[in-house]
Amino acid sequence: MNREPVVIIGAGPSGLAAAAALAPHTPVLVLEREAQAGGIPRHCAHQGFGLRDLHRSLSGPAYAQRLVRAALDAGVRIETRTMVTGWASADALEVTGPGGRRTVSADAIVLATGARERARAARRIPGDRPAGVYTTGQLQQAVHLHHQGVGTRAVIVGAEAVSWSAVLTLREAGCAVVGLVTRHERPDAYAPMARLGSLALHVGVRTSTEVTAVLGHGRVTGVEVADRRTGAREVIACDTVVFTGDWIPDHELARLAGLMMDAGTRGPAVDTALRTSQPHVFAVGNLVHPVDTADVAALDGRHVVHAVRTRLAGLAPLAAPVPIVAEAPFTWVAPSLMRPGDIAPARGRLLLWSDALVPVPRVVVRQDGRVLARQRLPWPAAPGRVFRVPWSMLGAVRGDGGPVSVSLG
Amino acid sequence: MSVVADVAIIGAGLIGAAIARELAGQDLDIVLIEARNDVGDGTSKANTAILHTGFDATPGTLEARLVRRGYALWQEYAARTGVPVERTGALLVAWDEEQQAALPTLQAKAEANGYLATRIVDAGTVYAMVPDLGPGALAGLTVPDESIMCSWSAAIAMATEAVLRGVRLELECRVDGATVLADHTVLHTSRGDIATRWVVNAAGLAGDTVDALFGHDRFHLHPRRGELLVFDKLARPKAPVIVLPVPSKVGKGVLVSPTIYGNVMLGPTADDIEDRAATGTTEAGFAFLLERGRRIMPSLLDEEVTTAYAGLRAAHDRDDFVIEADAAQRYVVAGCIRSTGLTASLAVGEEVLERMRAAGFTCTPRAVLPEPPQVPNLGEAGLRPYEDEARIAADPAYGEIVCFCERVTAGEIRDALDATIPARDLGGLRRRTRAQNGRCQGFFCGAAVRAALEGRGAR
Ligand SMILES: Cc1cc2nc3c(=O)[nH]c(=O)nc-3n(C[C@H](O)[C@H](O)[C@H](O)COP(=O)(O)OP(=O)(O)OC[C@H]3O[C@@H](n4cnc5c(N)ncnc54)[C@H](O)[C@@H]3O)c2cc1C
Ligand SMILES: Cc1cc2nc3c(=O)[nH]c(=O)nc-3n(C[C@H](O)[C@H](O)[C@H](O)COP(=O)(O)OP(=O)(O)OC[C@H]3O[C@@H](n4cnc5c(N)ncnc54)[C@H](O)[C@@H]3O)c2cc1C
Repeated sequence: MNREPVVIIGAGPSGLAAAAALAPHTPVLVLEREAQAGGIPRHCAHQGFGLRDLHRSLSGPAYAQRLVRAALDAGVRIETRTMVTGWASADALEVTGPGGRRTVSADAIVLATGARERARAARRIPGDRPAGVYTTGQLQQAVHLHHQGVGTRAVIVGAEAVSWSAVLTLREAGCAVVGLVTRHERPDAYAPMARLGSLALHVGVRTSTEVTAVLGHGRVTGVEVADRRTGAREVIACDTVVFTGDWIPDHELARLAGLMMDAGTRGPAVDTALRTSQPHVFAVGNLVHPVDTADVAALDGRHVVHAVRTRLAGLAPLAAPVPIVAEAPFTWVAPSLMRPGDIAPARGRLLLWSDALVPVPRVVVRQDGRVLARQRLPWPAAPGRVFRVPWSMLGAVRGDGGPVSVSLG
Repeated sequence: MSVVADVAIIGAGLIGAAIARELAGQDLDIVLIEARNDVGDGTSKANTAILHTGFDATPGTLEARLVRRGYALWQEYAARTGVPVERTGALLVAWDEEQQAALPTLQAKAEANGYLATRIVDAGTVYAMVPDLGPGALAGLTVPDESIMCSWSAAIAMATEAVLRGVRLELECRVDGATVLADHTVLHTSRGDIATRWVVNAAGLAGDTVDALFGHDRFHLHPRRGELLVFDKLARPKAPVIVLPVPSKVGKGVLVSPTIYGNVMLGPTADDIEDRAATGTTEAGFAFLLERGRRIMPSLLDEEVTTAYAGLRAAHDRDDFVIEADAAQRYVVAGCIRSTGLTASLAVGEEVLERMRAAGFTCTPRAVLPEPPQVPNLGEAGLRPYEDEARIAADPAYGEIVCFCERVTAGEIRDALDATIPARDLGGLRRRTRAQNGRCQGFFCGAAVRAALEGRGAR
């Protein structure tokens, strides 16, 4: 068994950025199960990656390559086709790759395993099991990595940013898009994106609509949808259906480690420095906020350096954390723990996910029944994307107080 | 059509495969005819995959006898072929006084079936065995030998052994008619005529239709759909044993069971329907199962659903299996095998041969038989290739994980495409390897798995 100072699981933006930032201080090994490092951006062909971390706009694959190069240049060792399948003990990983099966132990382990979209059954949508049912992740890999054909007429379930990227991918594959359907009353993505989408791509969004069944035996023949306001049902003919959004972190290793989990994100609960409930285990990226953009994930990676280095230096553990709780319409908040005297979260922001559109949100922070801060934020809280709250709003939290709630008032 | 086979078996589900394997132990020329493009692709692929002790069968029936015999045969055959079986045991839970009062009757029934190991236990023991059960359990009955297994590998192992013993497997070949002549029968199929001395009807849900081709009208089948929800592997510790309801007049009821692949299953429903192709899940089915699940094991519903499927039981109007040989027509039917066909399969094979012999069929055992095939281990309890250091060292393809959720390696996918009965499409590959059966349902591996299939000219 070999022992490493730092092992990072996952070579997506968050893992690669963490590795590159840690490597000047300590040897870093990154384990990645895919044949290529880079994570999700490897198969996102469109532009727009790297704005917040690299201050430029790149395509997904170009962005992924840059992060890989930066990590390698910093001296990081990246092992691809190498999957962590479980834990041999609290600080040792079971690892399989073409080179063999082995155990790797480490002083610090960073989980950067990302998130995926819920598949159709996880969304409890009935019907038979015909071909032609995708998630965006599978669709992008089919089209951009394997150049496989898809169908001829697609319905897209969801109307957030990733749903529009599915539109682009289907275009490239020569598949017509019948439309997007969302259960929400308004399109979930940024209004400009939805407007641009319908104008430039001639694709409409059908709101307040739920998919109630996938039709077809061997191949999809349509989807049955229900209008949430009237209950009216209708069949939309199509041979392809793409389930987008509805995120779930890849939390298997986190759960198998017995980490304290967050009921909202379903990822491990982390504090502002991205520590989990076990002192030598850290978590970054979409595993802890399903999902934010790639650049934010990468900036998490840089942010975790502080906690990892503190741990490696053997410094004493911090005081017990105070929980941060999201109130409706928010379904989760990340980080969901804060410790008195600790550093601010990555980018000085608290991340939340809203289940409803609130165009002019008034955020209220409370502790033990007292209002600590109240502020109107100039950006909307909207389903399908992260809502950001300045950390300064939590400045008055007492370390010996009860849970802190974040709500809209 | 110059060759006349000795026996043609219609249907390559668990039952047809078992019959083919058994008959092929004799010196016979056999053809196994299947309408679909794979073996075990009908009801045999969509069940709860429990290897039943037969404790709750109706004593004295053919079904009771064959389930008991089948259980014993599977113990040995699974060990020889590598079909995974896990003896988890079952716990019947009584949720009200009426059910509690029925436990001694069930125990007596088990004993009448020759199964003596059941025990009636109190609520404390019930919760000690399955701490995640919902509130309100009053008592239970333990059935320590109920087991879980893999019904996909079961069908593939038996069919593969049949082929190794010389059986001709005709896939995508549907029997549409039969002409019974003086000394042989001509089956009219979608791929032309097949001449054979004897015919065995193992057509499952189409058993009555095929029976009618021979002029019989002795049973009527309709599909009783059973829908199931499969929960994430992270839920597996919640279901250390098979949790059974107390059977009622309505049927066996909804169970919570571990699966051999390491998931937890909730179901099945029991809906009598007419459409023999309605293998889809339904909104009502989901709602019903979730409502039941909420009572049996509320915390199970906090876990993610990995997949959902429906199987069609061949519900019938007889009280028992129907296995009958007609000497004049040289025709055997193995029908009305509704809810226990996986368990009984090997015993049904033996029974069919015996009935044929009793009807005047003569055959002699083959002098030499090939070794039984080894099927890849799809069970979580055994060593999977990705964990097998020696195997990866010998062939690095077993260290290359393609399907991350189920840990299926490139080596296993290659093997499934090269097998004696190879995977011909995604479904076939899933049943041979578990690829794409996991929690992501293809988000990560779907395109790569499809590329592997297409690279080999499969669909
Ligand atoms: C379909 C899709 C489209 C998206 N489009 C955009 C977009 O256009 N713009 C944008 O900014 N963001 C987009 N996102 C969000 C995207 O997830 C983030 O941009 C970013 O990839 C998150 O980085 P990460 O490091 O947290 O996770 P990921 O990029 O998901 O990386 C996680 C890595 O961990 C590896 N891994 C997981 N488990 C193991 C294990 N057990 N052993 C070894 N390796 C493991 C995975 O193989 C993967 O490479 C999209 C997401 C999806 C799913
Ligand atoms: C929900 C559910 C749960 C169950 N749980 C269990 C369990 O836990 N344990 C257990 O032991 N059993 C269980 N069973 C029962 C078991 O699955 C069945 O008894 C068994 O699969 C029946 O096998 P078969 O070969 O008779 O039928 P099938 O698998 O349906 O095979 C019949 C085959 O015949 C073919 N065929 C039909 N007509 C023609 C034709 N004209 N020409 C050519 N081919 C034809 C079909 O294509 C099919 O492949 C369950 C069943 C269901 C539905």
